[in-house]
Amino acid sequence: MSFWRQITRGIRTLTNRNAADKNISDEAQHFLDQSTAEFSARGFSPEEARRAAKIQMGNLTTVKEEVRSYGWENLVDTFLADIRYGARQLRRNPGFTAITILTLALGIGANTAVFSVVNSVLLKPLAYPKSEELVSLHQDAPGAPGLFSVSDGLRLSPSMYFTYAEQNRTFQSLGVWTAGTANVTGQAEAEQVRTVEITDGVLQTLGVSPIIGRLFSSEDQQPRSAETVMLSYGYWQRHFGGDHSVVGRKIIVDSQLREIVGVMPRGFQLVNTDFDLILPLAFDRGKIILAQFGFQGIARLKPGITIAEANADITRMVPIWMHSWTNGPGTNPLFYLTWQISPNLRPLKLQVVGEVGNVLWILMATIGIVMLITCANVTNLLLVRTEARQQELAIRAALGAGWWRIVRALLVESLLLGLIGGALAVGLAYEGLKLLVALGPDSLPRLAEISLDARSLAFTLALSLLAALLFGLIPALKYAGSRISLSLRSAGRTSSVNRERRGVRSLLVIAQVALALILLVSAGLMIRTFQSLRNVEPGFTHPEHLQVMRISIPASLIPESVRVTRMQNDISEKLAAIPGVTNVGFATEMPMEGIEPSWDAIFAEGKTSQNDENPPLRMFKNVSPGYLQTEGTKLIAGRDLTWTDIYDQRRNAMVSENLARELWGTPSAAIGKRFKEFSAWWEVVGIVQDVRENGVNEKAPAIVYWPPMMEGLFGPGKLDAVRSVSYVLRSDRTSTANFLSEIRHAVSSVNSDLPLTSVRTMQNLYDHSLARTSFALVMLAIAGSMALAIGVIGIYGVISYTVSQRTREIGIRLALGAQQNSITRMFVQHALVLAGIGAVIGLAAAFGLMRLMSSLLFGISPRDPLTYTIVPIVLLMVAAFASYLPARRAAAVDPANTLRAD
Amino acid sequence: MDDQTTDVIQGTLDMLILKTLSLEPMHGFGISRRIEQISRGVFKVNPGSLLTAFQRLERAGLLDSEWRETDNSRRAKFYNLTRAGRKQLEVETTDWTRRVAAVSRLLKTEA
Repeated sequence: MSFWRQITRGIRTLTNRNAADKNISDEAQHFLDQSTAEFSARGFSPEEARRAAKIQMGNLTTVKEEVRSYGWENLVDTFLADIRYGARQLRRNPGFTAITILTLALGIGANTAVFSVVNSVLLKPLAYPKSEELVSLHQDAPGAPGLFSVSDGLRLSPSMYFTYAEQNRTFQSLGVWTAGTANVTGQAEAEQVRTVEITDGVLQTLGVSPIIGRLFSSEDQQPRSAETVMLSYGYWQRHFGGDHSVVGRKIIVDSQLREIVGVMPRGFQLVNTDFDLILPLAFDRGKIILAQFGFQGIARLKPGITIAEANADITRMVPIWMHSWTNGPGTNPLFYLTWQISPNLRPLKLQVVGEVGNVLWILMATIGIVMLITCANVTNLLLVRTEARQQELAIRAALGAGWWRIVRALLVESLLLGLIGGALAVGLAYEGLKLLVALGPDSLPRLAEISLDARSLAFTLALSLLAALLFGLIPALKYAGSRISLSLRSAGRTSSVNRERRGVRSLLVIAQVALALILLVSAGLMIRTFQSLRNVEPGFTHPEHLQVMRISIPASLIPESVRVTRMQNDISEKLAAIPGVTNVGFATEMPMEGIEPSWDAIFAEGKTSQNDENPPLRMFKNVSPGYLQTEGTKLIAGRDLTWTDIYDQRRNAMVSENLARELWGTPSAAIGKRFKEFSAWWEVVGIVQDVRENGVNEKAPAIVYWPPMMEGLFGPGKLDAVRSVSYVLRSDRTSTANFLSEIRHAVSSVNSDLPLTSVRTMQNLYDHSLARTSFALVMLAIAGSMALAIGVIGIYGVISYTVSQRTREIGIRLALGAQQNSITRMFVQHALVLAGIGAVIGLAAAFGLMRLMSSLLFGISPRDPLTYTIVPIVLLMVAAFASYLPARRAAAVDPANTLRAD
Repeated sequence: MDDQTTDVIQGTLDMLILKTLSLEPMHGFGISRRIEQISRGVFKVNPGSLLTAFQRLERAGLLDSEWRETDNSRRAKFYNLTRAGRKQLEVETTDWTRRVAAVSRLLKTEA
C-alpha cells in the first residue's frame, strides 16, 4: 500500500510539479501567517510580529527546498535537468555536435545494418514452425572419391528414401526433393519455369500448409495416378491474378496435363530454393534401384531426439537399404560398403545458410573494428571540447556541484550524443538494407527475410549506450577531477599543453591507426585474392562474348532420342546463321552454371579391372561438336567430336587433360586409348584443356566428354539423347535486345513450343562464381575506407589541436629564427611517429588475426608480404598528408601577432 | 548537521506528530504549537523538519491530508491519522516506553 503511494504520489508530483510546488509553498506560507498572528496576539506590532515569525521559521526558500527534495521523483527531476542542460550545451556548439553525431550515426548505422543481416540470416530461426526440429539428411561417402563437392555430400537415392521413411525410429516425417525446370505450354507463349519435385513427407516435414487448396495426397505420389501440381504464391499472382477458383484448373507442364490442387503461401521457400511449381515425385517402387543419388533429404526429428541419435538411426538403416534393393542382376550391392556411407545430419538452417556464415561473421568483426575507431575519434573530439570547457566546469564545481554531479552531467551529454546518433543510424541502416536487398547479392541466402526487427533495434540501442559510455567516460573522469581549481586559476591564458592530456589523445590516434591498419590489411588481402582468382585460367575465353541459354525438349513433346538430337542440331544451325554469331555449341551444362553434373567411374583398358578396386568417379559432360571451340576451350591433342560420329553412333569420346595425364601419362599418349563405363568400349579421340567447372576457386575436375546422344547414357544398352542442354553462342552482340529476339525467332522457327530460359552471358556465370569473394571484397573495402577516413580525420584533428595549443611556442620559435620548413617538419614528424607506432602494433595484430580469414582467401597466404608492405606505406603517406595541412598553418603563424595576443 | 542527532530527532518527531494527531486532525502550525505546549517548551520544532516529516509520513501511508477551512476561515492543510498511522503509533509508543524504562534503570544503577 505504502509502496503504491510512493509510486503514485511520486508520479503525481512529477507530472504536475507546479501544483506540488504550490502545495508546499501554500503550506509554508500558512505556517508563517499563523506564526505572525500568534506573535501579534502576544502584543507584537505587525512589523515586529512578521520579523519574529520569519526568524523562527528560518529561510522560507530553504524550507521549501527541504520539503521539495523529499522523494524518489526528485532524482528523476535532476536527471531531467541534466538532460536539459546537456541539450543546451550541445545546441550551443552546433559544429561539434553535428560532426560527432554524424560520425556516430555512420559507425552505428554500419553496425546496425550488418547486425541486421547477421541476425536475419544466421540468428533468426527459419520461417517454418518449430524449425529447430528440422534437419537436412546430409551423408558423407569418403570412399567415393572425386564424386562431388565435399560440401554437398552424398545425396539420397529413391530407394534410400523408401528405406529411411519406412524403417526409421527417430523422425516424425521425412522426404526427398530435387529442383529442376519444366516447360509450361498451352498459353500465349511457352515458358520455362522453376520446379521442385517432392516426395510425400517434404511439405509435411516443413509444416507449412497451402493458403488455398490442399497438399499432395499420398494418392498423388503414386505412379500412374492423376497428374497434379501446386503453385507458388508468386506464380499464382502472376498467372492467375490471385484467383481463388484456380484449384481444379489444369495447366500443361512438360506437355503433361496437370490439375492444380493448391497454392503455397507467400514467401514460402523450399529450404533455400525459390520455385514456381511443385510437382509430386511418383517413384515406381518396382523400378527403382540402389543408385541414383540425386535427391536432397529433409526430415523433422521426433521431439527430444538429438542429431547424434538420428545419425545412429540412419547408420543402422544403411545396411538394411543395401540388402533391400539392387542395381540389377549381376551387380554386387555390397559394392557400396567401399563408399563408407555415413550420415552427417545437419540442422536445416546450416544447409540454408551455407558458407556465407563465415563471411558474415568476418564482416561483423570488421565493422565492429570500425565502431571502435569511431569511438576513439569521438573520444578525441570530446576531449578537445571538454578541455575548452574547463572554466565552466570549474565554476560549477566552485558553486558546489559535487564530483559525481559533474561526471553525471558530462555522461548525460555523451548519452544524448549516442542516442541521437543511434536514432539517425537506424535511418541509415534502414536505407542501407533496402539498398542491399535491392542489389541482392546472389551469395546471400534468406535475402528476402532481411529486416530491421526488434532485436536489431535493441542492438542499436545497446551499441549507442555502450559507445556513449565508452567515449563519455574518459573525458568525464579526466576533467571532473580535482584539478578543476587549478584550471580555474590558469584559465584565460593559453598555457602550454598538459603532457598527460596530450598523451591520451596520442594513444587514441595510435589505436585508431592500428585498427585501421588491420582493416586495410584484410581489404588488401581480399583485393589480392580477387586478383589471383582473376589470373586463374578458367578454361574458356572472353566470357563477355558468350551468350548462354537453356533449352529443354521434353519426352512428351519429342519421344524419340534421334529426333531430339536432330532438333538440337537444327537449332544450332539456325543460331549459327544469325548475323554476328561466329560459333555455336551446346552441352549438358556450362562451366560454373551450378547444374548438377552426372558422374560415374570409368575403366581404362589395361589399367584397372572392374572388380579389384574402387575407381574414382569422373564428371560426365555431354557436348555437341563445336562446343569447345565456341567456349574457347583448347583442344590439347586429337580432334573434336563430329555430327557424323554421333549419328553413326561411333563410340568416340574426349577426356580432360588432367584425366589423360592421370590414366595414360601424357595427352598425346591418350589418343586412341579405350575405356568403358558399362560394357561397351569407347575410344579417346581428343584431349581437352582443363576447365574450372565448379568455379574459379575450385580445382578443375577430371571430365569425360561424351556425345549428346549415345548408347548407355542412362544405363546400359539403350540409345538416349540429353534433353536439357545449355546453348552457347559466340558473338559480340551479346545481350542486346535485337540479338535476343533473333535468337528466340531462330529457336521457334524449329519448334514454337520450346522456351528459352536462363538467358545469360558466360560473364554472368563467371562473376557469379566470384560472388562470395566480390561481396566480401566490397564490404571489407567499404569498412577499410571508413576506417581510413575516420583515422585521417583523427590525425588531422590531433595535429590541428596541437598546433592551436602551441601557437605561442611556435611564435617564439619563429621569432628566434626558426625556419618555417622546420616547424612544418616538426608537426609532420610528430604525426608520423604516432602513425608509425600504430602501424607497427596494427601489423602485429593483423599478422595474428588474418589466419581467421584464410577460408576467404585464394592463392595467397594470410601473411602475404606485398599486402603487409604496401598497406603501412599507404597509411603513413596518408598520415603525413593529414598532418601536413595543419602543420603548414602552424608555419604560417605571424610571430608578432601570437606574442601580442593574450 | 551530524547524522546521528538527525536520526534521533527524526525518530521522536514522527512519534510526536502521530501522537498529536491521534487526538484530532490538525494543520502544521497547530501540530508544532501543540508539541511545544504539551512538552512545556522542551521541544522546539523546526518548521522545515516538520513539513518534510509530513511529506514522509504521508508517503508512508501513516497520514492523510486535505485542505480545509480553519476556525478563522482560512485555508490550511489538515492532517489526520490513517489506520496504519494509529497502529504505527502503538508500536512506537510501546517501543519508546520500553527504551525509556531501560535507560532509566541503567541510569539508576549507575547512580
